[in-house]
Amino acid sequence: MPSRSSNRETFVAYQTTIGGLSFRFDSLREVMAKATPARSGDHLAGVAAVTDVERMAARLCLADVPLKAFLQDLVVPYESDEVTRLIIDGHDAQAFAPISHLTVGDFRDWLLADEADTAALAGIAPGVTPEMAAAVCKLMRNQDLILVARKCSVITAFRDTVGLPGRLSVRLQPNHPTDDPRGIAASMLDGLLYGAGDAVIGVNPATDSIPALMTLYDLLNEVIEQYGIPTQSCVLTHVTNQIQVMEKGAPVDLVFQSIAGTQKANESFGINLGILDEAYDAALSLRRGTVGQNVMYFETGQGSALSANAHHGVDQQTCEARAYAVARRYKPLLTNTVVGFIGPEYLFDGKQIIRAGLEDHFCGKLMGVPLGCDVCYTNHAEADQNDMDTLLTLLGTAGITFIMGIPGADDIMLNYQTTSFHDALYLRKVLGLRPAPEFEDWLKRMNIMDAGGQVQPVGSQHAMLQNLPRNLLTA
Amino acid sequence: MDDQPLVRQDPWQALRRHTRARIALGRVGSSLPTREVLDFGLSHAMARDAVHLPLDTDALRQAIESLGHETVEVASRAGDRHTYLLRPDLGRRVAPEDVERLRGMARQPGPDLLFVVGDGLSSLAVARQAAPLLAAVQAHWPEGWRSGPVVIARQSRVALADEVGEAMGARMVAMLIGERPGLTSPDSLGVYLTWAPRVGCHDAQRNCISNIRPEGLSYAAAAHKLLWLAREASRMQLTGVGLKDESDVSVIGGDDAPQLPKV
Repeated sequence: MPSRSSNRETFVAYQTTIGGLSFRFDSLREVMAKATPARSGDHLAGVAAVTDVERMAARLCLADVPLKAFLQDLVVPYESDEVTRLIIDGHDAQAFAPISHLTVGDFRDWLLADEADTAALAGIAPGVTPEMAAAVCKLMRNQDLILVARKCSVITAFRDTVGLPGRLSVRLQPNHPTDDPRGIAASMLDGLLYGAGDAVIGVNPATDSIPALMTLYDLLNEVIEQYGIPTQSCVLTHVTNQIQVMEKGAPVDLVFQSIAGTQKANESFGINLGILDEAYDAALSLRRGTVGQNVMYFETGQGSALSANAHHGVDQQTCEARAYAVARRYKPLLTNTVVGFIGPEYLFDGKQIIRAGLEDHFCGKLMGVPLGCDVCYTNHAEADQNDMDTLLTLLGTAGITFIMGIPGADDIMLNYQTTSFHDALYLRKVLGLRPAPEFEDWLKRMNIMDAGGQVQPVGSQHAMLQNLPRNLLTA
Repeated sequence: MDDQPLVRQDPWQALRRHTRARIALGRVGSSLPTREVLDFGLSHAMARDAVHLPLDTDALRQAIESLGHETVEVASRAGDRHTYLLRPDLGRRVAPEDVERLRGMARQPGPDLLFVVGDGLSSLAVARQAAPLLAAVQAHWPEGWRSGPVVIARQSRVALADEVGEAMGARMVAMLIGERPGLTSPDSLGVYLTWAPRVGCHDAQRNCISNIRPEGLSYAAAAHKLLWLAREASRMQLTGVGLKDESDVSVIGGDDAPQLPKV
């Protein structure tokens, strides 16, 4: 039987015996890492279980760890890491109370029980630390991750309302390799006429020069105003650039930043909580939302901490869950795990990418963060569009908040494959999902969606084709 | 069925002239038409082959030697493609026996600018673009500069050139390497220039020229950029964030330097 013995006050060993073989783990960090389903990034970091039986031994130990232990035995030191301090100092003991007596194994059972309904899960969310979410996740099968995530509800709003039950939103991602305004406008029009764009219209710019960024903000804002679209825009440049353009009066709806789960990894992104606080306050002060004031958009992904050599021996799935603690602080409209972008040295194939996507969505939702997923892969990963179809369908079933929409699933600027406008229509059709309500009304007003809720092909006389965005007319 | 065609065309196909993005694909119901599924599948197959087809080093060696260069072949410490993809750390180091061989070939003084050609993530890029780029560089080679043999490296990452340059005693090394292939660009070559190469150099200590292929940055323009950077690096004794690429602004190479397209 697994046991947990405390030799000294600060040293806790985890051990179990299986068929005469004894397994011993020196720290909670090690138990967590070795309990994780196999993936290339944890092998690269040298923290993964060496054998399948060792992995199960770690899971058996992990199942017996009390949830309270995660408030004492910290995987990244409190003194040297502001993300750990955020997790510990911001922990809501009252929300934690209903689950405070449970072990990790009990917690899995508690989550799957029918008594853990949407209200109960929302109630405990502020009491769930990333490490608790990550730990229970390691004991759950894919179907468990889907079932529990589906019970979670995280609703946010800016110019439309995102995350309502039975809804699926789409980020329209009209990237162009040289930020050509005509190319971007053409992809925007393509997506809007396919019913995409209710999560955000968000561009990854090729440049980071401030004048060029100002042009992009004006372009996105003009299209949204021209057609009266109840959605929000975002330019995915560094947060410090966004602070600058806000000072210059650019029409900034959502502030974007890539975030990670350790202070050192965030430093490699050139950010800290102070910088994010500043950007958050600046965006709030613009008061550009109409139905809500969730003004932040974050992106994350397993492997980012290791790639910055800032993982502290913690497995990549736990590091990822810690990034959601950073996100949670800023009540974001959207948080996006870009699951397959990082490459095969972190997530090798379709199987690992699919598992990671389900894990990230589950952990985010359990912690009260509005998780969407960039269901994606690169050409050097062992994955293809069929794997994306599988993950997309699973995440739709799990109640994913939003996915990406790109012309033909091919991002010609970032050189990777994600999901297309067609894919989003597929998912809405097979699962009966609808866009955000304000956006759905707009699609119907514009005769893009019919009364039955289907996005229909439009003719050449359609109002948006007769009245093209300014950037396309001046081409 | 009525007499509507099965595939509904999107009436904004004219907008395709503004972008290579896959817009106005049309649809069957809400799904992709067959021809678009096949077109995407073909692009993905080309990108996958670019990653997985081994570099034909014999053909590359002949192409480079026909320019008048000597060549040397080395391997990284990643023994096969599978290991290479999973262990970027091994792809950054030269196999120990090859390091010894390179040390044995070193001459005093070492090369001013040494070229390494590595397969990286696209053997297709190297097969198509490496020799033409070297020829374009040769046409404007700085007077009095020593080169060395062109080193051809299998299963290599960018930083492998640091160890090669160190072993050969080079002042500067340029790594010509296949970039991570995109669906619309499976054969893009990148060049990384590093001053005073040695094991442990950081990426912030390099200058990069990207997207070299006929549909992207031309050989002549890339060669001009590379030699501009190399001359400036030699003058400032550094590469990386301290060396800003202003090759489009001032032409140091003289009147015969090629005209750069606006990118």
